[in-house]
Amino acid sequence: MAEKSLMKGNEALAEAAIRAGCKCFFGYPITPQTEISAYLSKRMPKVGGVFLQAESEVAAINMVYGCAGSGIRCMTSSSSPGISLKTEGISYIAGADLPCVIINVQRGGPGLGGIQPSQADYWQVTHALGHGDFHALVFAPASVQEMVDTVTKAFDLADEYRMPAVILADGLLGQMMEPVAFEDVEIKMSDASNKPWAASGHGGKRKHTIINSLYLKPDELENTVRERFARYEDVKAKHTEAVCDYCDDAETVVIAYGSTARLAKSAVEAARKEGIKAGIVRPVTLWPFPVNEINEACKNAKNVLVVEMSMGQMVEDVKLALNCSKPVEFYGRTGGIIPKPAEILAKIKEMGGKN
Amino acid sequence: MEYSKVTIVTGHYGSGKTNISVNMALELAKRGEKVTVVDLDIVNPYFRTADFEELFKSHDVTLTVPMYANSNLDIPALNFDIRSIADKEGYIIIDVGGDDEGAKALGRYLPVFKNHDTTMLYVINCYRYLTKEPDEALQLMKDIEFASGLKCGGIINNSNLGNETDEDTMKNSLAYAKAVSEAAGLPLVANCCKAEYCEGIEKAYPVEVYVKKLWEEFEN
Repeated sequence: MAEKSLMKGNEALAEAAIRAGCKCFFGYPITPQTEISAYLSKRMPKVGGVFLQAESEVAAINMVYGCAGSGIRCMTSSSSPGISLKTEGISYIAGADLPCVIINVQRGGPGLGGIQPSQADYWQVTHALGHGDFHALVFAPASVQEMVDTVTKAFDLADEYRMPAVILADGLLGQMMEPVAFEDVEIKMSDASNKPWAASGHGGKRKHTIINSLYLKPDELENTVRERFARYEDVKAKHTEAVCDYCDDAETVVIAYGSTARLAKSAVEAARKEGIKAGIVRPVTLWPFPVNEINEACKNAKNVLVVEMSMGQMVEDVKLALNCSKPVEFYGRTGGIIPKPAEILAKIKEMGGKN
Repeated sequence: MEYSKVTIVTGHYGSGKTNISVNMALELAKRGEKVTVVDLDIVNPYFRTADFEELFKSHDVTLTVPMYANSNLDIPALNFDIRSIADKEGYIIIDVGGDDEGAKALGRYLPVFKNHDTTMLYVINCYRYLTKEPDEALQLMKDIEFASGLKCGGIINNSNLGNETDEDTMKNSLAYAKAVSEAAGLPLVANCCKAEYCEGIEKAYPVEVYVKKLWEEFEN
């Protein structure tokens, strides 16, 4: 087993990106994710990569667009307001079928909001990360170690399916310290080799490739989008993930993602100690959303509680997934306030396995 | 531990400066001493001594924090005068922000430190990613000294792996701490570990873990 280190979530994300073969980082600082930039500014030059602090978030995402077109693994990171600025570029990247990794260490919103943790960008990242018909892969790790492991997976799947992958963290995960180990990873596609679509220089030996998201004929555009959505079906079938604990006999199933899932799990375990049959489902991928996993875990449940650091966003996807088969309630805090395990436990007790 | 009038706690991000500052302040308070903790962290708006207001209040420890601490303004504004605190009776523990960036905040208070018995302690953690080698830890110490205009007077070994810290965690760090102390030419003031792991460790300084994760609420 690899040696353990104590790392801040943001540093661990940055180091994991380097180890996953990320060669270029383009970003613009914003709390609470600035350590990603700070760390990469020191480390990237040492591994022969590029660290570039752009003049804005808009510039940074368009640099990612250009770099991704060359087939080289690249990444950008920001926090909520900065991601809003990037959405135009993300749509272009999706429209050109290019892979990249985008990190969002969420903070309170809307507007400039605040710098404390939040999960209020769920709708944006899963439903509207830019204009047009497209999806991005969305991973929601819950620990510093899982963030490290997710980075490699995000790069691999982004390359395999030629689509943007988002790691959705929050200020709590980005700023906290936890022990991590870096296992050696096999880097499969860090440059243009094995990427025939890449604009990497034809050297007069092959036809040139074009990176583009503009279609002059509507039927061509429709076909391209349909083809992309057929690929999405494959992603859904193979790469949907959720972790379920204590669900077999659970009467109240709590559903939460990211750092909130750890707070909720602590509440569920406290409830179990008091003899309350509670369980927890943690969606690991937010797109694709673990519809089957949630239905399976809630099979014996009398009711379902969704907990988020927002006014309630994922709760709508849970209701859609369960299709009115169970009553779904919501508990959340927002504006940078973190729901405490005791508050979640009180809500579980209030629901008391009621139909 | 023996304390100067002013103790400045510096080190790498995540070396455990805040937890040590809290422990030192409570130790002095338990001895019946007057003590003021100054949160001088202008770098990190999360996890800081300002989070321990209630704990300090219950031990009669005075806490001085930057005006915007724990708010949504990440502005490094220091609206207090350490001179007036130092002129009063009692000890001062200063919890400084991480790295040389954090240590820059010390510069404006240099005249105060020259007029009072002051010791700057450098906290090390051999499990922190970028200071795993003694020479890396030494380089950072020099950077902190340069940024602050002060010289360190001792090393505190606070090597830990967060909630995975066990009996061997400190033991395995002793050689590293010795190497840093020798290379720096500074005394190793303390090896910090939980009371139950202190046996057989030279210069052991028993610490409680006050900086906790929110999901550890129900533990103990």
